[in-house]
Amino acid sequence: MATEEVRPAADTEVLSDETMVINIGPQHPATHGVLRVRLTLDGERVVKAEPIIGYLHTGFEKTAETLTYQQCNTITDRLDYLSPMTNNLAYVLAVEKMLELEVPNRAQYIRVLFSELTRLASHLVWLGTHVMDLGAMSLFFYCMREREVILDLIEAAAGVRMNPSYFRVGGLAYDLPLGFHEKVRDFLKDWPRWMKTYMNLVDGNPLINQRLKGISVMDRETCYQYGVTGPNIRATGLPLDLRKDEPYCLYDQFEFNVPTRTEGDAYARFWVRVEEMYEAAKIAEQALDKITPQGEFATSDRKVALPPRDEIYGNMEALIHQFKLVTAGFPVPTGEVYQAVEGPRGEMGFYIVSDGGPKPYRWRARTPSYYNLQTMPIIAKGGLVADVITAIGSIDIMLGDVDK
Amino acid sequence: MTNDVGIIERLKNHFAEGLETVTSIDQPTVIVPRGQLLAFAEHLKSVEGYVMFNDVLVVDWFPARPRFEVVYQVYQPETRQRFRFKSFVDESESMPTMTGVWAGANWPEREAFDLFGVVFDGHPDLTRIYLPDDWEGHPLRKDYPTGGNRID
Repeated sequence: MATEEVRPAADTEVLSDETMVINIGPQHPATHGVLRVRLTLDGERVVKAEPIIGYLHTGFEKTAETLTYQQCNTITDRLDYLSPMTNNLAYVLAVEKMLELEVPNRAQYIRVLFSELTRLASHLVWLGTHVMDLGAMSLFFYCMREREVILDLIEAAAGVRMNPSYFRVGGLAYDLPLGFHEKVRDFLKDWPRWMKTYMNLVDGNPLINQRLKGISVMDRETCYQYGVTGPNIRATGLPLDLRKDEPYCLYDQFEFNVPTRTEGDAYARFWVRVEEMYEAAKIAEQALDKITPQGEFATSDRKVALPPRDEIYGNMEALIHQFKLVTAGFPVPTGEVYQAVEGPRGEMGFYIVSDGGPKPYRWRARTPSYYNLQTMPIIAKGGLVADVITAIGSIDIMLGDVDK
Repeated sequence: MTNDVGIIERLKNHFAEGLETVTSIDQPTVIVPRGQLLAFAEHLKSVEGYVMFNDVLVVDWFPARPRFEVVYQVYQPETRQRFRFKSFVDESESMPTMTGVWAGANWPEREAFDLFGVVFDGHPDLTRIYLPDDWEGHPLRKDYPTGGNRID
């Protein structure tokens, strides 16, 4: 054979020192959005991985300063668009804290119900896309199909699928529609069967295990250093969950476990999220039992929440309140506040500074993916190129959340 | 979460002068003079156990002087407590970087540089993070125009 000619040894030595720089993204299906990762490679080993962000930067923080407190609600949906409800929740809780506003318990339970449904929807997208990155196609279609059922529930209550803005300062936008309880019960009845289908495909699957075990390890110290929260830190053995530690929305009345693993690798993060899905369904079920079909859904404080429609037609004062709220918004006392909730990706928080006016002076979104993604150079270093894809999927980033 | 009520007393005893308490409705908050900031952060991390980084952000108080308020939020994962400290800096001055204490301050400080133009001394890679490198101005400043160019 002609190709058997052996290269001189000196030449291979020169070659082994060379590194190559390649880009993954910004247009690449496995980066879950418009993330660009600049990889410095030695052969197939990653020497350096630098995430480059900003391709989806929309300047939400600047926009928010020009909007009233009710209008800001709509931007929070668009941060992490796979879990809009938890973003809404963090924001409205922050404003309610500044106003020292009491919200009816029923509204709080409905908020819990939707937070958990959103968590399920978000984790379904994560499960489908993460497993698809690893090479399994069919689970993605199952997950998207079931996510659609959850989005239908959100649509039934809020009127839209993706950016609902259903939680408002002072309560909810509307009451639950008729027959909503039955719809959720139907969904929760089917849920264990669906989970079983997914688990049949992934549990014990040797390909998935090999692609995840011992890959992209993140230790506890890294999590502390970078402010990593959510399932990522729980996969290092620390049960850090704001639903337990700083109960908001009466979460202390619910019974649920905080799943943890100790290995801190992609495999641990995978199973923490999967177990969270069981817990989320459990909380949703408890919340549903606590919600009465009809009742209060917003505060009766007319300085903050809109008066009901029929009141406006017959009551002068209600008309004035409606007019003032829609045109000028409500003033918020001077001060600063930070309020965080446990989103599907970690600590979703809002830091708001008010100068006493109807628009926020400073509106800061502490979005979890942004801080989680910072660990990318650490967890991808030394691995193979294929493991970079695993790393992106397993820290579960959302580019709307990163770039805000 | 129960706030650590004694922490401000302990910190005030340790840092004899300069700390200023801020009344806050959610978590203990102090203002730290810029010169003491690094020593304060080291103390907070190693002695008080606030090992977990949470956030760095800037508030623009234009036209007041000093103009920028830099807010740091940290977390104590053992006792699950939060703490906030801040410092003021003017346009012509620079802040010490916190990346040596909490490595996670890297991106938020770059963001503060990008959107507010606050300079952090000793930062390993102080470049724009969201906007293109040739962008002019710092959009989150209060004197940055929100409208586009007027077309007549």
